[in-house]
Amino acid sequence: MIELLDSTQLARSIKRIATEVVERNSGAKNLAIVGIRTRGVPLAERLATEIEALEGIRPPQGSIDITLYRDDFRELTDSPNVGGTSILFDVSDKDIILVDDVLYTGRTVRAAMEEIIDYGRPSTIQLAVIIDRGCREFPICADYVGKKVSLKENEYIEVRVMEIDGEEHVVKVDRNS
Amino acid sequence: MKEHLLGLDGWSGEEILEVLDHARTFRKVLDRDVKKLPTLKGITVANLFFENSTRTRMSFELAEKRLSADIINFSASTSSLKKGESLRDTVDNIWSMKVDMVVIRHVAVGSSHFIARRCKAVVINAGDGSHEHPTQALLDLYTIRERFESFEGLKVCLVGDALHSRVIRSNVLGLKALGAKITLCAPLTLLPFGVEQWGIDVTCDIEEAIAGANVVNVMRLQLERQTAGYIPSLREYSTYWGIHKGLIDLMDKDHIIMHPGPMNRGVEITQEVADSADSVILPQVTNGVAVRMAVLYLLSPRIGETQ
Repeated sequence: MIELLDSTQLARSIKRIATEVVERNSGAKNLAIVGIRTRGVPLAERLATEIEALEGIRPPQGSIDITLYRDDFRELTDSPNVGGTSILFDVSDKDIILVDDVLYTGRTVRAAMEEIIDYGRPSTIQLAVIIDRGCREFPICADYVGKKVSLKENEYIEVRVMEIDGEEHVVKVDRNS
Repeated sequence: MKEHLLGLDGWSGEEILEVLDHARTFRKVLDRDVKKLPTLKGITVANLFFENSTRTRMSFELAEKRLSADIINFSASTSSLKKGESLRDTVDNIWSMKVDMVVIRHVAVGSSHFIARRCKAVVINAGDGSHEHPTQALLDLYTIRERFESFEGLKVCLVGDALHSRVIRSNVLGLKALGAKITLCAPLTLLPFGVEQWGIDVTCDIEEAIAGANVVNVMRLQLERQTAGYIPSLREYSTYWGIHKGLIDLMDKDHIIMHPGPMNRGVEITQEVADSADSVILPQVTNGVAVRMAVLYLLSPRIGETQ
């Protein structure tokens, strides 16, 4: 297990992403932040806090559970529990910042975009991730990236956040160890 | 999760709550502009309604469409049943068309069990004779939970033809599994044999049954019960067992009024009660779609499981 980002570095990444988001969208007025369950949700919360610190406006926040939109639903052995999506604001004409911990195949993001579009027609959807680990299976790329890494076949990434894991850092784990 | 939904018999409180929890997610989807989900894309559901139904059938169809399933419909009145085909042959034929799930309503008790044994499709019972109607009970439970959150110690009064009612049977099983306190009220002639073994309170006195109740679930009185001699007259039934404002006043002040529909206004329930602010009869219908979506979702077969 190798630590890629400690808690301070993770916080700095989020802060930098917040700055980039605000820069690119000329402020925070039209923003809304949607975290992908599970770990995207606390990360979206942090991002909203950082944006608020910069601009004095807290963008509306939502969470999304992509289970019902998965393209491999019928291959799963069980019907997974659905945590439920909560988007309580009108997405129409908003600039949506979609937040997830790791970007890998791009399939989760595809499902999340489809779900958001079912709520209305946002002006833009932008993607923010903490780790981009490559190996995309869909033509999707992130607009804001905490750190890019390339992994060997037997390695994977774990982003751990205080609210869920009781610790805060990003690690690279070797499946064989 | 169970393999089929043939009835609530044998379902634990935990299993029922899993369905109700999921229904909550689907209920939220019904409030969106786009109410469709891609989840069951590629799954084919056959709706076999050997007995007439409007609400249940539409509710199932809508739930299936909302989940993007493909649907084939069958109704007794327009089918080769009229030409004398047996249930077994009809089902074998539909199964041969390679469906994944079957929703069935049939007048024969145990018909859905029969089909579950006969083919590998996932079977959902939409009412089998006077036996069970599990999705109706689940939507009743969902509606109760929406208001009261917990079933523990909740007083539920079921009124009506317990002898023939599959809704009552499924409701009793579900409510018992969840720890509600049930009182069943019906004329003596419409109480089933062995009801004292159901482990619930049974009375013919509606005032006694409804006093202090949080929920009253009023069953439809099949009008043909009168000609069959179970009750002397509709007038007598509505005088002694019809739910009117005076009876509602005896309930706990925190209460709801339910009816599975279709209603005979003026017979088992008065206009005033059916349309009162505490009536959740129409929310029941909305919740029905969400609950059926949850059932379809949770029971949907995986790739390679059916054919």
